[in-house]
Order: sequence, then C-alpha cells, then structure tokens
Amino acid sequence: MSDIKVSALRHVYSAGTPFEKVAIDDINIEIPHGQFVGLIGHTGSGKSTFIQHLNGLLKPSSGTVTVDGEDINADKLATKNVRSKVGLVFQYPEYQLFEETVYADIAFGPKNMGLDDAQIDERVREAAHFVGVPDEQFDKSPLELSGGQKRRVAIAGVIAMRPGVLILDEPTAGLDPAGCKQILRNICDYREKTGSTVIIVSHSMDDVACLADRLVVFNHGAIRFDGTPEEVFSQPEELRSIGLAVPAATELAMELRRLGVPVSGSIYTNKQLEDALLKLKRGAE
Amino acid sequence: MLKDITLGQYFPGDTIAHRLDPRTKLLLVIVYIVGLFNAVGWYSYAFVIAVTGMCMLVSKIRPAAAFKGLKPVIFIIVLTALLNIFYTDGTPVIEGWIITWEGIAKAVMMSVRIILLIVGTFLLTYTTSPIALTDGLELLLNPLKKIKVPVHEMSMMMSMALRFIPTLIEETDKIMSAQKARGADFETGNLMRRAKALLPILVPLFVSSFRRADELAIAMESRCYHGGEGRTRMKTLKMQGIDFAALLLGAAFLAIIFIMKRFGL
Repeated sequence: MSDIKVSALRHVYSAGTPFEKVAIDDINIEIPHGQFVGLIGHTGSGKSTFIQHLNGLLKPSSGTVTVDGEDINADKLATKNVRSKVGLVFQYPEYQLFEETVYADIAFGPKNMGLDDAQIDERVREAAHFVGVPDEQFDKSPLELSGGQKRRVAIAGVIAMRPGVLILDEPTAGLDPAGCKQILRNICDYREKTGSTVIIVSHSMDDVACLADRLVVFNHGAIRFDGTPEEVFSQPEELRSIGLAVPAATELAMELRRLGVPVSGSIYTNKQLEDALLKLKRGAE
Repeated sequence: MLKDITLGQYFPGDTIAHRLDPRTKLLLVIVYIVGLFNAVGWYSYAFVIAVTGMCMLVSKIRPAAAFKGLKPVIFIIVLTALLNIFYTDGTPVIEGWIITWEGIAKAVMMSVRIILLIVGTFLLTYTTSPIALTDGLELLLNPLKKIKVPVHEMSMMMSMALRFIPTLIEETDKIMSAQKARGADFETGNLMRRAKALLPILVPLFVSSFRRADELAIAMESRCYHGGEGRTRMKTLKMQGIDFAALLLGAAFLAIIFIMKRFGL
C-alpha cells in the first residue's frame, strides 16, 4: 500500500536571492493507493516541481509529504526508502541510460536497493517483460537501440524497483503515435497486474482522458481542478482560460451540439463519442 | 546545489565600465597588471589601491561581490604570506625570533598584490559579457592570424564553451535527479565508491554532449557557417571617445607607477 498525503506544500526556488520564485504554493492533495491520476497544466505551472517532491528529490520549503503515513523528509533514511516506494520516470528518461548492457541498466535500481543477484534477475526480467523489451536485447548496449526502445528500457529501470507508486513525466513526449500507444499500454499493464498507483504528467488531453480516473489540473503553482475526467472536462471554458484544451472528442461533441446535433451525455473519449453518435443514428432509424 | 556555481560572473549594467569596448578593457587589464607588478613601495601600492577603488566605484560593483572571487585563492594568499614571513632575512621582531620586520612587510605586500590582481581582473569579467570578451579577444589577437594562429577558431570555441556551461550544469542536475530516483547515492562511502558513483552521471553527460555537438555543427552549417573567413558581425565593435580617454588614463597610470618606481616610492 502506498497512500500519498501532501499538505500545505510550498516550494521556492533560489530562496533569498533576486531570482527567487515560488514554484508551488499551498498544495493539499491525497492520493489513495491504486488510483490512476492524470496531472495536467501548461509549462511552468509547477507540476514537475510537484512530482519531484513525492519521492524526496526536492525538499519542501514548507509543508509535508507523507507516504504511508511516514514523513518522507523526516531523515535521510526515510528519503532513501521512499525512492524505492515511489518510482519517478523523468521526461526523456532515455538520456539517463549509462550501463554497457540493457540488462545492467535495468538492474541499476534494484542493485541500489541492496537486493541479491537472484532477486535482481527476477525483477529485471519482470520489468523488461512489462514494457516489452525482449530477452535478446539484454546484452545489447542501450545506446544502440531506437528511441522508443530506449524509452522502454529506461521505464523498465524504474519499474524494476517495484514501486507502489509510478510517476511518469510526459512518458510519450517525442514518440511516434504507435510508440505512444505502446508505452501507455505497457503502463496500464503494469498498473493492472500490480495494482500500483500511477501518476502521469501529460500535455495530451486525449491520453489522460481515456486512462486516468482522476485529473488534477495545475495552474500558476496551485491546484485549479481536481476531479474525475468527466467533471474536469465539463468546464471547457475554464480550461481554455488557463491555456489548456479539452480532448478532441469533447471538442467535436461541443461543435456538433452547436450545429444542432443532439449528442447526449458527457463525452471525453473517442469511444463515448462513437457510442453517442451510434445511439443517435439508431434513434433516427 | 549545482545552480549556485557562478561561472560567467557577468553583472549586467549600464555604467561607463560596461560601455567600454572589450578591447579597451582587456588592454587596461594588461596595463593594470604591469603597473601592479612594478609597484615597489608603499606609496605606489596606495596609489594602485586607490585606482582599483575608483574603478570599482565607476563600475558600481559592490565590494562584497568583488571580494567573493577571492574565496578560492585564500589558501594561496595565506601560504605566500607565511612563506614570506618566515623566510625573509632582516631585523627580527624580537631578538632570536625567525620572524623579521622585513618579512612581515613583504608578506603584507605580496598578499595585497595577489588580492589586487584578482579583484582587478574580476572587474573585467564582472562588467563584460563573455561573448563581448571573446569578440574583443579575437580582434585583439587578429594580427596573429598572419603567423597562422587559428584565432577565430579559438575564440569561437571559447564562446561556445561559455555558452554551454549553464546548459551542461542543467543537464547534470537532471541526470543526477534521474539517477537519484533510481536509488543512486552520491554522498556516502569512501573516495573510490564516490568516484564510481559518478559513472552513472558522466556516461550520459558525455553521450549527450557528443549528440549536442553534432546537432550544433549541423545547425551552424545549415546557417552557412564555414569558419571566420569573410564573416561579418551583427554588433560591430567600435572604439569611441571614452575608449581613447580610458586608454589615455591607463597610460597615465603606468607612467605614474614607473616614475614612482624610479624614486623608489
């Protein structure tokens, strides 16, 4: 179990210098175990700063972060322990690959946790399997792989620590549509099989709309919306006013309604739009 | 943590010192150093200190900022002072002591000289942006092209290196965070362990540096960069009235120092 509780979190960069900047202020949020959370917000809204607090990479200027009721910044050991509980995959994680072989790179995390070779081997294979890295690639240099494959190896490197919470910062940035789909499917697989919490930071409303069961919208270092995709996407005007869009399906449905086509229900995935249109057609017949 | 490193110590501003041509400032620094090393007596030292103070006033650099640059060399200053105190012959402070009045005097002078040297040269980098500095250097060294010294290439490399220092620091920060997230530990263990712990940072850093260099080369070539031959600048450096005035003052400074030296002041 990994319940995250964040209260009154505030972070100030370069405190005490002329470059002082409040990145996030007064963030209060609870993320119970097993939730799939989509984190959205435009560049500079503080979402990257926020997620780096969840595994102790950044220390709060004030406020607390607890995982399983334990303050992760209480002491060094607590911070070290949280690293294996809360796995963080950075943006463009493929740039962190460094080992000579794919296998060794995925094993880096478990090794740092002090596991024995048998356990490491088990975890590496399991993680590689989750993200679809075949055994034949284990002895290759990670630098020889293609962009999408590198990304998957990098994600496996974090999954191999078996974190109860997996956080991914823009996991699909810079990938082709097929690569995007596959990465997202891998992540969903991981969540289904392990029951972990997953937090995805994304710009793509379409991705988060059909995956997440909760959306958190950041704006100017504060949480602006927090609710189900249905609730959040029912306020397209507010979203637009803070520089965000709604999913393409929602947009299309709104446009259809404006033109007098009575599509009913809340629509934020392609599937919902398809169903609504089919229902209309059947009704007309 | 890494963001605290101040490498390009340029402080933007709009003082006379900022407006001077970088070439003028480079020449003045040379003049200053020559003057400093030809100051022999207390009077000439006082004169150099006064001139340094004036320059600081003109460039509106706070003394605290100017002296911040001294931190890394404190060890050298102390060592020089100690060596001078103990290894100079003369009249002992107390009969039988190894410390002499001459030694103390020399130690003070040497320390002041090093401090002035550093503060003086820092004034240059505080008031001149790195790009202006390399441009000025290139123009000053231009005559060396006649004897096949690759002046343009050298200054281009210098400006690129300066340009990419912040980028590399940022990148290092990012990679460190990513490896820390995978449980890497950079802070504990003995020297060997810590050195080994740097590998997960250095390898990705090198890989991305090469990638970046490649991309930069392509970007430059696609904008028709082909070396310094016939290249013109957006901002052409031009010596103006204040530059000549400043150089004249520099010459006067040097003349005064040499006259004082003549009289042993």
